[in-house]
Amino acid sequence: MIKSLHARHHQLAQQERQVEFLSNGIFKSGKLQSFERKIGPIGFFPLKPSKIEIFQVNVGYMCNQVCKHCHVDAGPDRKEIMTRETMEQCLDVLERTKIKTLDITGGAPEMNPDFRYFVSEAHKRGAQEIIVRSNLTIIRANPKYYDLPEFFKENNVRVCSSLPFYSADKTDRQRGEGVFKDSIEALQQLNKVGYAKEGSGLILDLVYNPTGAFLPGDQKGLERDFKKELKDHFGVEFNSLFTITNIPISRFLDFLIESGNYEEYMEKLVNAFNPAAVAGVMCRNTVSIDWQGNLYDCDFNQMLGLKTEQKSGQHISTFDVAKLEDREIVINNHCFACTAGAGSSCQGATL
Amino acid sequence: MEHTYYNPEDLKKFGNIGEWEKNLADKFFTWYGDVFKEGDLTAREKSLIALAVAHTIQCPYCIDAYTQDSLEKGATEKAMMEAIHVAAAIRGGASLVHGVMMMNKAKKLSM
Repeated sequence: MIKSLHARHHQLAQQERQVEFLSNGIFKSGKLQSFERKIGPIGFFPLKPSKIEIFQVNVGYMCNQVCKHCHVDAGPDRKEIMTRETMEQCLDVLERTKIKTLDITGGAPEMNPDFRYFVSEAHKRGAQEIIVRSNLTIIRANPKYYDLPEFFKENNVRVCSSLPFYSADKTDRQRGEGVFKDSIEALQQLNKVGYAKEGSGLILDLVYNPTGAFLPGDQKGLERDFKKELKDHFGVEFNSLFTITNIPISRFLDFLIESGNYEEYMEKLVNAFNPAAVAGVMCRNTVSIDWQGNLYDCDFNQMLGLKTEQKSGQHISTFDVAKLEDREIVINNHCFACTAGAGSSCQGATL
Repeated sequence: MEHTYYNPEDLKKFGNIGEWEKNLADKFFTWYGDVFKEGDLTAREKSLIALAVAHTIQCPYCIDAYTQDSLEKGATEKAMMEAIHVAAAIRGGASLVHGVMMMNKAKKLSM
């Protein structure tokens, strides 16, 4: 298993270093136009929110996997874990604001000792939609997680799982040896309790992200391939496939630099800039909360330490929908990943 | 790089061919775009055909572009290599099948 950038004391483990890297080089030299300069002429700078519909809570960076492309730099060595007290604050905000979707992510969110408390409380308090971003292998990692599929079902959780490919080779190269096999077993377990079965109302979505320095293909076409291959070979069913463009931060940024792909990848993102995708970027309807309760425009900004605009409030304790919906979204050149081609978000392509 | 015939940067300038003959270039690029649209063949199948042809005509620009495109379309590396073997088999076979011509001629000339 590879180690996180943090464990290696890598320079890119420092958020400021990443922001510096993304702001300089080819963007500073003028070879590529910055994101700000790109969205300015089409009337989107400063970038403003639409309506907050997704409350995305990152309950900690600990994970049982160390994926090569991870934008969180998650891993077993990461000890940042949200406390129950902060979860309570999140639940209060959810109840008060009636934001439609609670989207729980990590790390492997299930590794937070209060994960089940958080989910069942949100369910009890009437959350309209609860999404858990599960890496799948956690379900097979330890007997204490074996009943997660039943737990998800009881709380009507929408499960959203990463599976970069329908074959072991590509999946394991990105996510680690044996990940594909465990993921398939976990998917079969989820199907067994009713996930993705017609009439069950239990939704299981998969997330595809390219296994290298290239952009995702057409979401519909890939979904068709995934459905056929997973059904034919493993009897696995799922609802939708979401394609996500790899964001050039953290471990994926490290990969781009180390493999000599950075400039070309950024150029690809900039050339694929689609003005029509700007209106649908997820930061316009999302607020991201970190393990300490700090607020961000998205999970990627969270990893770069770019908090929401100061005057809109930067902590869950001062969460104010009106102020947040009037904020200016913090942008940098990593944002090109969300506006390339058919657009990209945690809910897949946006166009 | 300036001392070689091929420059990767030139691939990005493909569209510039329109500068000296816009009408024909426009027609070509429109047709090209339509060719690669999903039809009875999937976009991935078309990309793999393009990759195989790229190796047959040994065009570095096309190999660059369609390696990337095949990956984006979700082709496996194995499928990509299989496509090239198809191209190579036809290429090799095309030489060998002319062996019959050689044999015919040789037999005619020989006692």
